[in-house]
Amino acid sequence: MSTHLVNTDDSDLVETERTPLMDAHAAHSGKRKVIREDYEDLERNRQTSEENGTVDTVPGNRADTTQRQSREPAGPARRRGTSGEHEDEEEETLLYGAKHVIMLFVPVTLCMAVVVATVSSVTFYTKKTGYLIYTPFHDADKADASTGTKVWQSLANAGILLAVIAVMTIVLLVLYKYRCYKVIHGWLIASSLMLLFLFSYIYLGVVLQAYNVPMDYITVALLMWNFGVVGMICIHWKGPLLLQQAYLIVISALMSLIFIKYLPDWTTWVVLGVMVIWDLVAVLCPKGPLRVLVETAQERNEPIFPALIYSSTMVWSVVGMADNGATPRDNQIVTVGDNDEDYGFGEQRERPRLRPDGLSTSSTESQRARNAVAVLGHGEEQESREQQPRQTQNRRSQQNEEDEEERGVKLGLGDFIFYGGLCFTLLLLAIFRKALPALPISITFGLIFNFATRELVRPFMDSLASEQVYV
Amino acid sequence: MTLMEFFGCSFIAFGPAFALFIFTISRDPLRVIVLIASAFFWLLALLISSILWYAVVPLRKELAFGLVFSVIFQELFRYLFYKILRKADDGLKKVSQTGQDMHVAPRDMTNKHIMSYVSGLGYGIMCGAFSLINVLADMAGPGTIGIYGDSQYFFVSSAVLTLCFILLHTFWGVIFFDAWDQKKYYMIGVVVASHMLVSCLTLLNQRTESRPDPVYLASIIPAYIVMFVMGFLAFVTAGGTYDNLKRSFTCLSSRKYEID
Repeated sequence: MSTHLVNTDDSDLVETERTPLMDAHAAHSGKRKVIREDYEDLERNRQTSEENGTVDTVPGNRADTTQRQSREPAGPARRRGTSGEHEDEEEETLLYGAKHVIMLFVPVTLCMAVVVATVSSVTFYTKKTGYLIYTPFHDADKADASTGTKVWQSLANAGILLAVIAVMTIVLLVLYKYRCYKVIHGWLIASSLMLLFLFSYIYLGVVLQAYNVPMDYITVALLMWNFGVVGMICIHWKGPLLLQQAYLIVISALMSLIFIKYLPDWTTWVVLGVMVIWDLVAVLCPKGPLRVLVETAQERNEPIFPALIYSSTMVWSVVGMADNGATPRDNQIVTVGDNDEDYGFGEQRERPRLRPDGLSTSSTESQRARNAVAVLGHGEEQESREQQPRQTQNRRSQQNEEDEEERGVKLGLGDFIFYGGLCFTLLLLAIFRKALPALPISITFGLIFNFATRELVRPFMDSLASEQVYV
Repeated sequence: MTLMEFFGCSFIAFGPAFALFIFTISRDPLRVIVLIASAFFWLLALLISSILWYAVVPLRKELAFGLVFSVIFQELFRYLFYKILRKADDGLKKVSQTGQDMHVAPRDMTNKHIMSYVSGLGYGIMCGAFSLINVLADMAGPGTIGIYGDSQYFFVSSAVLTLCFILLHTFWGVIFFDAWDQKKYYMIGVVVASHMLVSCLTLLNQRTESRPDPVYLASIIPAYIVMFVMGFLAFVTAGGTYDNLKRSFTCLSSRKYEID
């Protein structure tokens, strides 16, 4: 659940790094030109990735990057920010924000489609047969539960989940502080393996059962092997962009199904609400774990690990993980959060390889453009090169946005409202010229609308539709 | 059979809107955003009107009450959205200048009608979706309507009326925004009045004891007449003339008229 960086993006925390960077590149060329280049970069990337569906087109950009880097000595000396750049930044936020939101629509819609199709055709995911061990109270799902029970039980469940997440975030922070990168790596590999093999295997079994299709184990083994191995290669190493995207969508959909199945109904909503608050706290508080993480990374003068930022999302899977030991059935859940780690993993692995390349101060412009593309693909090639905090920050926030969105979907959130909220935020952005936290706004709208729709709008529209009265 | 009906009705209702979306909007992120934001505003209006409808318990059965206020709220929110859009103008202008370099000019901003059209369509699509989705879901089967003496035209007339409303909202969007821009307040009156008129006409679709079989034509024909009038008004508002209409069809002129 890492909405955080959307907010961070806006907070003063980032200001410190963004402003200088802006200055750095504003110094070497006209603003307009920069943006323009960016945009072309972006377009090119997008087109190539659409046409060829590969990441292999990136080397062109790579050359671009190095070239630009050479004419942009981004030394610390040049990085003294001036307040005059603020406005430009905001414009950029807006411009790229717009693009990202649009780019998110397709994958999120696809993910939703998969989830809806599955839920409506396969009963397995709507039957409550068990719960996460972290949500011990589930009387609320019983038909005769009183409102009071529902409220306190879902609050308790959400509180427990939140506590676990907080603890895991701190553990990760500690791991990072003491540079236990290997631990994080190993764990990421293990979890993505489980996700790709075990979890999709269960899904396949359930779907086959629902449609009454017999299939022998040899075929299944062959299918699973191919699916899993290709997935691992795509996610952790490289593969056609389209394939990567497809894998990510599938994985997110599977994850959301698991949430639908294993979280008590009401808890899901409370968790969503609590997460918004947690995200805000973790990022904006002076001692918030994620903020500390970012600051540590800055101190070390390292690029902030996207992987580690994702870790806050990872915590989700940690939740599952621990579970997994407890009940065999919950094995599926284990892999739940892994979706997000996978990217993280890819990025992280890529990093050491890049360091020697000396690309650590790659240019801002093409990076930013690439961010936009990377949002969808999470192509390692692209992301790995994002060495400057600002980019990382930027992109991370977008990815988080995506995660969050998909989680919203997973939890069955009114999807349209989500887009609506995001778009509305963008409009507000255009009005106030000041970055705003997109996710809290959209989630809030989502929650309000979900319940309002259930109680108020639906009866109204039903009676209108049945009488064929149009408003 | 039910499946055919389902697809037929969905295409009747949403086909034109879908085509408009694909050909004029989907390529441009800015337009997509405005479209969705305006659809979101329609939702807000709906939320407010359903709260009102729900709160006034004694009148819950009288749909006319909810309808009148819903129309008022919709127009109110259309105005709010207009305000917001104009406020966001500066910001959007920047975006379109930097972002639209590949197109010839940032026409989204120089031609204000484009954004009004986009937001009108967003309004319409959301309105159409909300009025028809539930009906569509029932349409897919397993049963169908008409066995117990209900009108068998229920589904088709719903789809046709939905199409009418989607297009109406699009035209209203163009007229309404322009009316505020040009301070032609009577046009705002025209929009609100015609909206009220068409919505109230659909009250005729209700089944009452004296009229067990609804006369759909009584609402559909006037609604379509209003729609064509509004379409003409919107066309004129957006600067359309007989001349450039002719040229757009014959493709004789060197200048191409396209929305982009």
